[in-house]
Amino acid sequence: MLGDYSIGDLGSIFVMQGFAGLILFSVYVLMALGLAIIFGQMGVINMAHGEFMILGAYVTWLTSSAFQHYLPALFPGYFFLAMVLAFIASGALGMLVEWGLIRHLYKRPLDTLLATWGLSLILQQTYRSVFGAREVGVELPQWMLGSKQITDTIEVPINGIFVMCLTVLITVAVAWIMYKSRWGRQVRAVVQNRIMAGAVGINTEKVDRYTFGLGCGIAGVAGSAFTMIGSTGPTSGQLYIVDTFLVVVFGGAASLLGTIASAFSISQTQSTLEFFMSGSMAKVLTLLAIVGILMLRPQGLFALKVRK
Amino acid sequence: MSNEIKRGLQSPLRRKLLMGAAVLPAMALLPRLAFGAGPPTAAVNTTGLAVTDTEVTVGILHSATGTMAISETGSIQAEKLAIEQINAMGGVLGRKIKVIQEDGASDWPTFAEKAKKLLVNDKVASIMGCWTSASRKAVLPVMEQYNGMLYYPTFYEGLEQSKNVIYTGQEATQQILAGIDWITKEKNAKSFYFIGSDYIWPRTSNKIARKHIENFLKLKVVGEEYFPLGHTQFNSVINKLKLTKPDVIFTDVVGGSNVAFYKQLKAAGIDLSKQTLLTISVTEDEIDGIGGENIAGAYACMKYFQSLKNENNEKFVTAFKKMWGDKTVIGDVTQAAYLGPWLWKATVEKAGSFDVDKVAAASPGIEFKGAPEGYVRIHENHHLWSKTRVGKAKLDGQFDMVFETADLIQPDPFPKGYQ
Amino acid sequence: MIINSRFFNRSELIGFVALAALLFVILPLSLDVFRLNLVAKYLTYAFVGIGLVLCWGYGGILSLGQGVFFGLGGYCMAMFLKLEASSPENTKIQSTPGIPDFMDWNQITSLPLFWQPFHSLTLTILAIILVPGLFALIIGTAMFKRRVGGTYFAIITQAVAAILTILIVGQQGYTGGINGMTDLRTLKGWDIRPDHAKVILYFFEVFLLFGCILLAQFIRLTKLGRILVAMREQEDRVRFSGYSVANFKIFAFCMAAIFAAIGGAMFALNVGFMSPSFVGIVPSIEMVIYTAVGGRMSIFGAVWGSLLVNVAKTGLSESFPQLWLFGLGGLFIAVVLAFPNGLSGIWADYVQPRIDRLLAWRKPKPAKAWTDSSVADGAPAE
Repeated sequence: MLGDYSIGDLGSIFVMQGFAGLILFSVYVLMALGLAIIFGQMGVINMAHGEFMILGAYVTWLTSSAFQHYLPALFPGYFFLAMVLAFIASGALGMLVEWGLIRHLYKRPLDTLLATWGLSLILQQTYRSVFGAREVGVELPQWMLGSKQITDTIEVPINGIFVMCLTVLITVAVAWIMYKSRWGRQVRAVVQNRIMAGAVGINTEKVDRYTFGLGCGIAGVAGSAFTMIGSTGPTSGQLYIVDTFLVVVFGGAASLLGTIASAFSISQTQSTLEFFMSGSMAKVLTLLAIVGILMLRPQGLFALKVRK
Repeated sequence: MSNEIKRGLQSPLRRKLLMGAAVLPAMALLPRLAFGAGPPTAAVNTTGLAVTDTEVTVGILHSATGTMAISETGSIQAEKLAIEQINAMGGVLGRKIKVIQEDGASDWPTFAEKAKKLLVNDKVASIMGCWTSASRKAVLPVMEQYNGMLYYPTFYEGLEQSKNVIYTGQEATQQILAGIDWITKEKNAKSFYFIGSDYIWPRTSNKIARKHIENFLKLKVVGEEYFPLGHTQFNSVINKLKLTKPDVIFTDVVGGSNVAFYKQLKAAGIDLSKQTLLTISVTEDEIDGIGGENIAGAYACMKYFQSLKNENNEKFVTAFKKMWGDKTVIGDVTQAAYLGPWLWKATVEKAGSFDVDKVAAASPGIEFKGAPEGYVRIHENHHLWSKTRVGKAKLDGQFDMVFETADLIQPDPFPKGYQ
Repeated sequence: MIINSRFFNRSELIGFVALAALLFVILPLSLDVFRLNLVAKYLTYAFVGIGLVLCWGYGGILSLGQGVFFGLGGYCMAMFLKLEASSPENTKIQSTPGIPDFMDWNQITSLPLFWQPFHSLTLTILAIILVPGLFALIIGTAMFKRRVGGTYFAIITQAVAAILTILIVGQQGYTGGINGMTDLRTLKGWDIRPDHAKVILYFFEVFLLFGCILLAQFIRLTKLGRILVAMREQEDRVRFSGYSVANFKIFAFCMAAIFAAIGGAMFALNVGFMSPSFVGIVPSIEMVIYTAVGGRMSIFGAVWGSLLVNVAKTGLSESFPQLWLFGLGGLFIAVVLAFPNGLSGIWADYVQPRIDRLLAWRKPKPAKAWTDSSVADGAPAE
């Protein structure tokens, strides 16, 4: 299929294709970061992760509607406020859920799966009752639409660049929080040995609650960003959940670096395959490859060497 | 009826509610005894349907929950509006229509189960329902086994015809061919690129489109791509579009994928005012989620747009908005769903009976002059004669009609030369 | 001691008799054929549930991909029925008569090779058992030999369910795509659609179900069952005692897969229908929920759970479609938080002691050791 095109055309397509892979990579990292904290650090299987993302998306929609109504002059900048609000809303809901549900289940990780699945059903129906069954369209400010012309033939979508910058920012922030801040040390201490951490004076309950809240908050920001590229409806969250878990598991649950590496390899594989074959088959092959590699290397790409 | 309930699930709460539901309409009737003036029940109902002297029961079967609720909500609303209007005009054969609504929950076997419940337990005289092809395929054997009457509103892939179904939407050749002919001539198109969701309707529609383009128009299809339902990443295929530069992008992507596709198309700098795109899957309903700014300039090919200018449609849109709120939009399928109860009423009155066999036999030739899309008539093959129109999407989420066929197009569910 | 047999202890015997009475006598007598057919549909999930009790409740292996095996079994059955329904006379309007209608729609002109065995009922029945069994064997061997366990296993099985769904939907010429296989008509010339056939199929299914219950009970009582429980509690100690932990896990997983496949085949027969919507992640998780509601440690609980949750689902969605998801979601949370042993746990903790006291045949024993009470602390942590 490539024979009919000039070298210049092909070159720019490959550049744009690489960029498409990078955008997918950013999307995967954004989806997976929150879960990497919740699942990787706390061991909680949060099946409602997608619904936390959609909460962020709905918050973004509400914010955009409010700006259109009351502050049309400031509309171009609403997205930044929306992301902050999305973080707060999802994070707060996350802390509430941790308090009401998750903290009773730390010793039973598989049961968190069932309980959070139930939670996701409830959230979906809540969205449907509150916002209606139809998808809502989030209007973006003009500057985020369209693409940037780099050369005559190469152009890259602006919202893609935006998502990439956001991803870098959040990743750096999370890495700093987890590995440099005092609080991050506490989190890791609790993960490695809850009893000892408690014994040396760490308030483990509080650490758990904020960690879970942080993970959900990041999911909210991700959802907010995804209004640029995807749909916002009561069941949109379910579209993301399997991919998200696979990214985290493939990377090695307890490792942030692993999550990033796995998001990179999965997204590049998928977007390359998609270029050469139908989307359905590309997806199947990508998933098969992941499952195959996980069978050979069950601990994921980057396993943390700790004694169980 | 009460016997059925007793033998049903043994929940006192449910029984109470059902009895309540049966009493309520009767109480509403008390002040104005308009119903009950029709012919005697024994004459119009020989097969034991739920028809009394004052009432006839009809089922509505759509997804109120699950992923398809997005699309099917409009159909439910349209059917309820039509039934309310019919009741306000004195009902069918002097009987008020009573509705039993069931939820298919976006799950095909549930559709089959609920259809069976409506036919066997509730003895409904007809069912307005189903949306996806899969749900119709699941319900079809039930309709045929228990001899029910289904009014199916969605444009679909064809290859089907049943005594027990009236297809009020268009089948694929009816919807697609005129649109492709028009766009080929208008845009002087030479090459097409197909993008669809991966299931039977897009695949069959694209097959028909491809045969038409290659065999009849002697033009080229340069690509055909399918994505799993719910897919949200289209950057790779958009790059392929940039590489192959087709004259027309022909899409039948559905559901949430639609939103992602058009947003990413716009973001990638493909300007739909310069790049021709013809879709057969985006109605006003979908644009609500996609956002008008992301799809403005695209062409859609179907039989109805909310912006159609005729007297019927203006009345219909006003009534619809009055009942369901100013912000609701009306898409092609919603309008087709609105036709269902009206066509059924006309057929029953022509047949002079609620019996399914007689209704099925009387269906061919039934006309509905009050249709918002204009005049429609039922063909011998139980599909509708209808016009095909092409609309251009505007920023506000509405379509500007730019083309309509001069005559009604004959439905042809088993098209020769396209299989 | 009079009633206590070796195979069942007293409370299990009561459960067995009660269930048999309900399924063989009470329901057929009190329900019309339509509702009875619905019960048959619900009971197909009970097969899956019994398998899950073995591999999840006893073995501690949570599979979120039981829909895969349910689907494989169901598709095997449906392929046989579909071939019979697509006789040349029935399909003469097609461009290629004698092949299933969906193949004709997709320009396939001859029956693919892998469909050929499904002309024979014997081969079909073999396939229903062997295909899912072998598939489970492959997955299980790959996973358990490498000591993948717990949450990882659950998520990988989920991915497998996603892959199979996309494959089935994508290869619609060979599988019927998202529509599934509809309009199944006869089994060896015997029409499966009319009411009397539905009743016969119901009884056939219940017989099979009791067969599976007895088989599961047998496995539970053998040494194998005890090793499974030991493994769940202290995997390393079992390994150090010289047992091959992986092999036992593989066995439990394969058994669960085969039970699920039988359920799927029964589904295709009773409902006359098979579609990818039973293969994916959502149905797989729902099947786990039925088991959890019934009680993951109780074989009878799995049957009750499948029945009751589905009755509630049908009832609620007929009366209040909007509330159904709230109810279902709440049920999950309640079961996990308050009743980790599900209905059978409630029965054992609250009802059974009262009955014992009432009957006062003997003093209630302190506890039935590890079988029922140990799960109170929940499934083992990884």
